Amino acid sequence: MEIDELYQTIILDHSKRPRNFGELPPPAAKGEGYNPACGDEVVVFIARSPEGKIEQAKFVGQACAICMASTSLMTTRLKGKTTAEALDLKRAFIDFLTKDAPPAEGLGNLQAFGGVKKFPLRLKCATLGWHALQTALNGEGHKRL
Amino acid sequence: MRHPSNGPRQTYTSTSAAEDRAGCNERLTGGCLDVSTDLLAQKYRADFPILEQRVNGHPLVYLDNAASTQHPMCVIDEIARYYREDHANVHRGIHELSSRATRLYEDARAQIARFIGAESQDSIIFTRGTTEGINLVATAWGSARLRPGDVILITEMEHHANLIPWQILARRTGALLQYLPVQGDEGSIDWSLLERRLQEAPVRILAFTHISNVLACLNPANEICAIARKNGVLTLVDAAQSAGHAPINVQEIGCDFLVFSGHKCCGPTGIGVLYGNRAILADMEPYQFGGEMISRVTYETAEWKEGPHRFEAGTPHIAGAIGLAAALAYLDGVGRRAIQSTDHRLGQIGYQKLSTLPGIRILGPRNDRAGLVSFQLGRIHAHDLVAYANEFGIALRGGHHCAQPLMRKLGLQATARASFYFYNRESEIDRLIEVMQTSIRYFGV
Repeated sequence: MEIDELYQTIILDHSKRPRNFGELPPPAAKGEGYNPACGDEVVVFIARSPEGKIEQAKFVGQACAICMASTSLMTTRLKGKTTAEALDLKRAFIDFLTKDAPPAEGLGNLQAFGGVKKFPLRLKCATLGWHALQTALNGEGHKRL
Repeated sequence: MRHPSNGPRQTYTSTSAAEDRAGCNERLTGGCLDVSTDLLAQKYRADFPILEQRVNGHPLVYLDNAASTQHPMCVIDEIARYYREDHANVHRGIHELSSRATRLYEDARAQIARFIGAESQDSIIFTRGTTEGINLVATAWGSARLRPGDVILITEMEHHANLIPWQILARRTGALLQYLPVQGDEGSIDWSLLERRLQEAPVRILAFTHISNVLACLNPANEICAIARKNGVLTLVDAAQSAGHAPINVQEIGCDFLVFSGHKCCGPTGIGVLYGNRAILADMEPYQFGGEMISRVTYETAEWKEGPHRFEAGTPHIAGAIGLAAALAYLDGVGRRAIQSTDHRLGQIGYQKLSTLPGIRILGPRNDRAGLVSFQLGRIHAHDLVAYANEFGIALRGGHHCAQPLMRKLGLQATARASFYFYNRESEIDRLIEVMQTSIRYFGV
């Protein structure tokens, strides 16, 4: 089925059993993402080491399978990254979903979201958690799509 | 206007002609003639060529009628015919085409007045749709009349279109926006408390939906408006979900305003109707200013036309009005009582069959429901469910249905919604159930 391209096994797995689901207490940075079109909400928490490297990333939220899986997979990819590296990964992921160019190196299992290209209405679902991440990293607190 | 029986009937191959034949046996129950659920689909579905297509390799099952209904060929043909033969700008034109277009446009107004039982065509204002109709009333009636402390009363089940214009009006005038609460998943409103509410507070207008686009409940408009009128409160009925689905008579309802959209009753998008009590309309300031609505202009001043034209600034959606009139003539040809009973039966069957699915939560009343069902299936997000259904050619809607406060009150972010019209078949509900069953396995929740 064409829809299997959208709902790849790894996506269904992460949506059913999201990794790193939960909150982090302050002083962890917090970024909220809200999609008014569907009511989806995710909140991303980032704990950084004194050197500024991401030590832990967690999230909570209520959202569709694409959004939950994208945010869950994202949290598994952030450990040890600097803010700049994390934002580079975000940019590479969004470019991958929105541009025709071949996927950037290092995208790895995030390429599972390639099916979203055929379902442009779901683009916001796949990127909501990443926008929340940027908000957390920039210390803006709240991001509305 | 062409009547469906003599309109252009094209022959399309039905995907389930055998089911149609099987379903057309009429049966007697309790002494009443209980016609089959598919009777209207069998007679009229072929008028809607858009329905006969495949989506993702499956026959299209169109269950998004509460968002927009489809168009019979006679409506599409009439709009094309108008553009081909009669189009020009309306009013003030002396030439032949302008006078034809004007006559068709004003005939459409008269026909719509008859369709909703209005006392005069002068009480019919063309709008872009339900939303604009409510905004017009809130602005043109409300801005000049409401004083700080006055109360605007609506219900907790309103669509954003019947909520935000009142919020803004309250903010502008200092009036208070108050709500009649909904209770439980059934979302019922205890209307017996209405009279006390109207007597306790200085309520100026009561605006409520005739049929909820989320809950599918039918609000008793006649009784509500009678109580309001007795207490000197104006009423606005949001008939977006009822005008194409049931006989509507504004004089029997006893409302002061009633609004609906053309595209939810087989008409075009971008055209809708505001019915207003003529005495109240006569006392209202214009809504927008410009061509079509003025009578006399100098560089310093302007005067407005009387009647509905005062509220129709700019060149109107002429083809839309003509197309809507064709649509309403078509619905009258099908029979609005027959449409109503078919829609309600499809809604009831949809409710019953969906309720057999494990983990389903259905909103709205168990009985006496309109032809739509909103539901949450286990922990599957509505958008995933709708995407999955689309893979099998089924058109559902998922989301908050422009009723965010209601969804929040019910503790939901989003639901999936199947909404029916007289051209749907019972077998399409069965198809929906099959696909919902496999979705539970697919998403594994």
